[in-house]
Amino acid sequence: MADVNRGNRPLSPHLQVYRPQLTSVTSILTRVTGNALLVAALLIVWWLLSAATSETYFATANAVLTSWFGDLVFLLSCWALWYHTLAGVRHMIWDNALMLEIDKAETLGWLVVIGSVLLTVFTVVVV
Amino acid sequence: MAYLTDRKRAIGRGSAKSGTEHFWAMKKSSFALLLLVPLFVFTFGPALGGTYEEILAYYSRPFPAIVMGLTLVVGFKHFNDGAQVAIEDYVHGLAQKVLLMSVMCLSYGAMAVGLFAIARIAL
Repeated sequence: MADVNRGNRPLSPHLQVYRPQLTSVTSILTRVTGNALLVAALLIVWWLLSAATSETYFATANAVLTSWFGDLVFLLSCWALWYHTLAGVRHMIWDNALMLEIDKAETLGWLVVIGSVLLTVFTVVVV
Repeated sequence: MAYLTDRKRAIGRGSAKSGTEHFWAMKKSSFALLLLVPLFVFTFGPALGGTYEEILAYYSRPFPAIVMGLTLVVGFKHFNDGAQVAIEDYVHGLAQKVLLMSVMCLSYGAMAVGLFAIARIAL
């Protein structure tokens, strides 16, 4: 109600007043990884377009994707992808009103963190 | 404005009533990606780093090409819907509308470019 004077009252406390907890940090990371994956996704689309265009264009895009910078982006994206995937599984469990107790939610949080690292190591070894 | 009643001010500021549909769309794309992500990682991963001829030959095969196509469609749809929620949380007013439309253009644009490329390589 923009035209009503509601007084200059303080807003309710937000993130900065709370101690970081496993549940909040893993939740924030889900959103961060999801959005960050756009970088790798756009690189892959560019790489595909270059392969569909010409050999010289492919050489340019492929050089970027296989450079140390590309390796770094894909290593981080690999972890982000597994993390976001496992976090999604966690949400599917929560959607059924299961494992919502704090201790169980924290267990799931650790499973997501540890599982994403293990899957990343596995992917690097296999691929 | 001074003559508006409190009720009149409140009307139209409630739920948009499309939340359930959005939630269900996210759940569907999440489930699809749960199947697609491992397939994508273990088809695209080994391919990356190959020569021009190897990449063209690899993505002319049905399985890697179909996995790539599906991942592009579902992945960018999922990104669009997820980024929409994040934007609605943090950005408001005109900036929100501009950002939502930009993300939509980017998502479907990248999806279309990727599909065009994979079709051209595969066919």
